[in-house]
Amino acid sequence: MSGSRRDFIKISSLSAAGLLFGGHYVQSAMQAKKIADLGSTLRTPTVCEVCFWQCAGWVYKNDEGKIKKITGNDEDPNCNGRLCPRGTGGVGMYYDEDRLKTPLLRVKGSDGKQTFKEVSWDEAFDFIAEKLQKIKKEHGPECTALFTHGSGGHYWGDLIKAFGSNNIAAPSYAQCRGPREVAFLATFGEGLNSPEPLDIRDTRCLVLIGSHLGENMHNGQVQEMSDAIDNGAAIITVDPRFSTVASKSKYWLPVKPATDIALLLSWIREIINNDWYDKDYIEKYAYGFDELKNYVQPYTPEWAYGITTIKPHLIRESAREMANAAPAVIIHPGRHVTWYGDDTQRLRAVAILNALLGSWGRKGGFYVPEKMSLPEYPHPPFPKPTRTWRDAMNGKYKLADLALASGVCDATIPSPDLDCNIKGWIVNGTNLIMTLPDQKKTIEAINNLDLLVVVDTMPMEITGYADVVLPECTYLERWDDLRVAQGRNPGIALRMPVAEPMYNTKPAYWMAKEVSKRLGLEEYFAWDTFEEKLEWQLKQVGSSLEEMKRIGVKNLPRQYSDMFFAPGEEVEFYTNTGKIELYSTALEAEGFDPFPVYTPHAEPPSGYYHLNYGRAPMHTFSRTANNPNLTDLMDENTVWVNPKVAKEWGLKKGEPVYLQNQDGVVSDFPVKVRVTERIRFDSVYIVHGFGHNDKKLKRAYGKGASDSQLITRVLMDPVMGGTGMRGNFVTFRFNKESEVQS
Amino acid sequence: MRYAMAIDTKKCVGCSDCVVACQTENDVPVGYCRDWVVEVTDGTYPQLEIEIRSERCNHCENAPCVRSCPTGASHYEAGGIVTVTENKCIGCGACIVSCPYDARYSHPEGYVDKCTFCLHRIQKGQQPACVEVCPTKCMYFGDLDDPNSDVSKMLKKRKFKTLIPEAGTKPHVYYLI
Amino acid sequence: MREEVIISGRLNPNIDPHLEIWHWHIPLYLFLGGLAAGILFFASLYTILGKENKYIGAVRRAPVIVPFVLIIGLGALFLDLRHKLYFWQLYTTFKIQSPMSWGAWTLMAITPLSIAWAAIHIREFFPLWDWKWNVLRELEKFLIKNKKYLAWIILFFSVILGIYTGILFSAFNARPLWNTSILGPLFLTSGLSAGAAIIILFSKRKGERINFAKIDIMLIGIELFLIVHMFMGFLASTEVQIDAANLFLGGPYTALFWIFVVIIGMIIPAVLEFLELRKFHIPVLIPVVLVLFGSLMLRFIIAYAGQMSRWLY
Ligand SMILES: Nc1nc2c(c(=O)[nH]1)N[C@H]1C(S)=C(S)[C@@H](COP(=O)(O)OP(=O)(O)OC[C@H]3O[C@@H](n4cnc5c(=O)[nH]c(N)nc54)[C@H](O)[C@@H]3O)O[C@H]1N2
Ligand SMILES: Nc1nc2c(c(=O)[nH]1)N[C@H]1C(S)=C(S)[C@@H](COP(=O)(O)OP(=O)(O)OC[C@H]3O[C@@H](n4cnc5c(=O)[nH]c(N)nc54)[C@H](O)[C@@H]3O)O[C@H]1N2
Ligand code: SF4
Ligand code: SF4
Ligand code: SF4
Ligand code: SF4
Ligand code: SF4
Ligand SMILES: [Mo]
Repeated sequence: MSGSRRDFIKISSLSAAGLLFGGHYVQSAMQAKKIADLGSTLRTPTVCEVCFWQCAGWVYKNDEGKIKKITGNDEDPNCNGRLCPRGTGGVGMYYDEDRLKTPLLRVKGSDGKQTFKEVSWDEAFDFIAEKLQKIKKEHGPECTALFTHGSGGHYWGDLIKAFGSNNIAAPSYAQCRGPREVAFLATFGEGLNSPEPLDIRDTRCLVLIGSHLGENMHNGQVQEMSDAIDNGAAIITVDPRFSTVASKSKYWLPVKPATDIALLLSWIREIINNDWYDKDYIEKYAYGFDELKNYVQPYTPEWAYGITTIKPHLIRESAREMANAAPAVIIHPGRHVTWYGDDTQRLRAVAILNALLGSWGRKGGFYVPEKMSLPEYPHPPFPKPTRTWRDAMNGKYKLADLALASGVCDATIPSPDLDCNIKGWIVNGTNLIMTLPDQKKTIEAINNLDLLVVVDTMPMEITGYADVVLPECTYLERWDDLRVAQGRNPGIALRMPVAEPMYNTKPAYWMAKEVSKRLGLEEYFAWDTFEEKLEWQLKQVGSSLEEMKRIGVKNLPRQYSDMFFAPGEEVEFYTNTGKIELYSTALEAEGFDPFPVYTPHAEPPSGYYHLNYGRAPMHTFSRTANNPNLTDLMDENTVWVNPKVAKEWGLKKGEPVYLQNQDGVVSDFPVKVRVTERIRFDSVYIVHGFGHNDKKLKRAYGKGASDSQLITRVLMDPVMGGTGMRGNFVTFRFNKESEVQS
Repeated sequence: MRYAMAIDTKKCVGCSDCVVACQTENDVPVGYCRDWVVEVTDGTYPQLEIEIRSERCNHCENAPCVRSCPTGASHYEAGGIVTVTENKCIGCGACIVSCPYDARYSHPEGYVDKCTFCLHRIQKGQQPACVEVCPTKCMYFGDLDDPNSDVSKMLKKRKFKTLIPEAGTKPHVYYLI
Repeated sequence: MREEVIISGRLNPNIDPHLEIWHWHIPLYLFLGGLAAGILFFASLYTILGKENKYIGAVRRAPVIVPFVLIIGLGALFLDLRHKLYFWQLYTTFKIQSPMSWGAWTLMAITPLSIAWAAIHIREFFPLWDWKWNVLRELEKFLIKNKKYLAWIILFFSVILGIYTGILFSAFNARPLWNTSILGPLFLTSGLSAGAAIIILFSKRKGERINFAKIDIMLIGIELFLIVHMFMGFLASTEVQIDAANLFLGGPYTALFWIFVVIIGMIIPAVLEFLELRKFHIPVLIPVVLVLFGSLMLRFIIAYAGQMSRWLY
């Protein structure tokens, strides 16, 4: 196969692209030289914003004052001095020449066509304030909502709360970890939050159900997993795809898609029936063990084999492996868990399994996290809204502990059941078009808005729908709130500007404050400069801006408890029974099954395949798809196809195909075929975040296919409103117009 | 002193952080790279194996690139590190053609560039940028002549291989298998 | 199934997806170098053998083009350099293991020698030529007087030049296709054959033409023999070399190589020359051009295909 390894690359990325980037790079480097020198040889503390793990690092500039590189802060427990590829490539967020450069206002041109007009900040803010006031007058302040992901959320959140609305939704809940939080709350009385308090480095057995660590580059977890490998821990990976971590696992269980609950139930049965569970622990802390034991009796490995296609002996052996390691075992709760609509129940099974093995509150299992309590800069109390997003849910999803982005979206579409539709959105740092399933619905909701403000750094799809686009400077060019992350120790980290903002861009805190002035709400932003606010907060916790600039990260000793339960320690769990609820009274009270139930899910019709998606280690969702440094590593996604399927369809590696889903939606762009044994014959796989259709993203436009576009069938989680996104099937099309073959 | 690197193919996840870190550390222009990551999958579903290798110049003990260089621009530094002196390089490409690993590239400014084992960093007692950034800590760097160096210890402990041993280049980058 | 991918998206220009760092310059340069070596070899050889008057085409006429050939070749080499301002670094050192260094120094030596040789034979073309300055006249006199010694020196360097242009590729065993000891003799023979062809073109005498046609046929015979041997060698060797050979035996270079190099560049001109020996009237230009073309194509194809062939790992 001489040469073929390279030839594949030739096909998978445009060779001219490399040259193109080179040119751009030089260009942006020139621009950079104009930046005021903020102490060039010094390193400046930052907190990474390329994903939400929030690693703390240092930014270095060269002698010309040009930002050169970003490295991790050794003191930071989130990164231990090592950023992930996206964090290291964060320089590309700053140098991307396609960035939003100035505020934009939607106007009607003389030809009747709508265009964006470049406006001053004042014009933009005046427009926003006027529209918000109008919505307030006509519908009430509750008819506004904030969608946010990232640092800016806090300032816009304060603004909208001060304005009188509580509708603050993040896609990281109903599209991500919501079901997990609800399941763990129901079981242990506590959610997991971020970073998840997993003692991976000390574990002896790590069970990954879907979680594709290593592709999912959540830094601390990947690092600790590697430590665990060094310490000889066994990894068990349950994934229909041969993920990277599957290749590092002692057991890879190639589960049939959508059947994990069957596997989990049979593991639970094995562990109970073989007396492998932690008896003292269960006796002391758990509620509902006998019922559970009874309940799982039918779920033998043989039963599960018929459903999951995993051989009974493998189910037994892997259960044994976990039991041997217990309590230093982690059945990883996952993070993006909105898969098939029964996700809360699947995560309940995960929680129950952890409880049986006694890993919650134990070394090598789940530790008890601590978090610094940092006082807010003083401001008046927020008004109490008369209605919240919950009122728009028709009494559904009562167990959801945060607003549902999808729910707020629904509540924007007028319907007879609602007394108030949401009329104004502020969207900060989330590309809802690529982020929410069922794009048509998102767009319908948007079309019913009186005001859509989008705060972003890049001309992402969502900006195209905005009335006002507010260009935020990148995280390297701004102050932000201190990072207060939970972890083994409480601590804080500082992000400060490394360079003046390029172009006419500004930080979100400044924008929110400016808008607050025009709404008469400036008392909620009572500080003059952001430094003043930070200085005040730092003083309350015995530090100072000067100190934080120097050290970047400050860790404090634990204050409240030990990291793990002491033997025999009395522990009060925040559940109805005060115990770990194997039997969930909370779910039962809401009319849901107190134990997880396996329900079969639809299978792909003939000629169709499960649309499986996930992460590539060098990209974050859709946000890095135009980053020059990261597109250099991967500039498009490919569709993974099993060789058998490829043969059936006559697909060659590198061949571009369109994907069409069960509802007839065809991908905007063709995606190249990767023929690989790593995917099952009943599925195809694409990395999320590609297939951008906004032409202003010069590097990302038209590269690969967008999974978001093909996710039109949403499997709602009845418990908490999570949007299950893995129930979609696709087939291949050789061109956009023709009929589907086969 | 013989500098060398050992890379654990069992721990590497192919994230390519080593590639970006090298790019930003060494001003490698976007569109070029001094290191890269290869993933080899063998077998048939579900009996599969993956080997992931972060590759770069092997700092060969018997380096054909050094031999073929007409000006002496390509040369050995102390510790056996193979580097290129920019202003001695005429850009003839002979070294590129002579490297069996395709580890060198022609810098847009004309000279030939490649991995230096981050000479500028190790001279200051630091680790190479790629080694220092690797989230899985799967790269080990040090002196083969020092039995206590990270590399020596790993090579003692684990099975390893080098790339294209038949080419007779005696690579100093080892892959733990 | 085995799947091998560079997942970091590596695409270094001129390296990926396969090496293409040497373009037309190097094969042209090698062709011209080989051609020059061929002409000078025959010119000096017949001078030393004392057959100057029998082989005027070889000794006095054909060599006038050599300085131009070499300068164009050097020009091509220069154009190929990517760091041109540092060209002079070639002459600050001599690297005994670097064929490029050998080439640079050999050309440094042989170019002036070839100019001198052409100069002392200039009256072959311009009978009334006069070197305006005395120094030059003196120099010419001196050279003509010591022509045999000059011929020995040129013979020496032409052999080095020929071998150098022959072995440049095979010195790079990173490319399996070039990694054969046959490539050197093959290129050397091909250079000599091209030289012989040019001499035929410049020769005015039938006897000389027939002599060189015979030489050429013999050289082409040797080339064909070497080509067959080269492929047999590859096929009997490792997987990488089999892969390399397959570029020509069913791969992308098959038609190019067998049609342009072997048939048009070797077999047809050999047949034509043979027919000419058999008193058929063949326009002299045709076999000459074909031989030159074949010789040039050989280098082009070996240059490009060689860069495409690689080790597996
Ligand atoms: N590089 C990178 N890392 C990231 C992110 C990023 O954008 N880029 N995003 C971060 C965020 S916010 C999140 S939420 C996490 C998400 O990361 P994870 O929580 O790891 O996400 P999953 O959905 O579990 O991951 C997809 C995996 O699930 C497998 N899978 C698909 N269907 C099934 C099934 O039916 N059963 C089982 N058992 N497995 C299945 C897929 O094959 C794939 O390997 O990643 C985080 N880390
Ligand atoms: N189809 C599909 N949908 C998914 C997922 C999936 O795997 N597949 N994953 C789900 C998960 S787990 C999650 S957590 C969500 C994530 O969803 P999002 O957080 O919406 O992810 P992105 O698509 O990266 O959108 C981030 C937006 O923030 C902008 N941005 C980046 N930096 C800044 C900044 O500093 N300031 C501001 N103001 N904006 C900035 C980017 O340009 C981009 O427009 O997506 C969910 N949706
Ligand atoms: S995990 Fe990577 S992208 Fe996310 S915050 Fe950390 S360094 Fe940044
Ligand atoms: S940074 Fe480390 S884990 Fe990532 S690809 Fe490089 S060697 Fe592998
Ligand atoms: S890997 Fe290539 S460039 Fe590096 S020393 Fe060996 S031959 Fe030279
Ligand atoms: S390109 Fe430069 S380093 Fe390479 S052989 Fe030529 S002169 Fe030496
Ligand atoms: S050692 Fe330095 S130069 Fe070499 S690949 Fe690593 S970072 Fe790049
Ligand atoms: Mo997420």
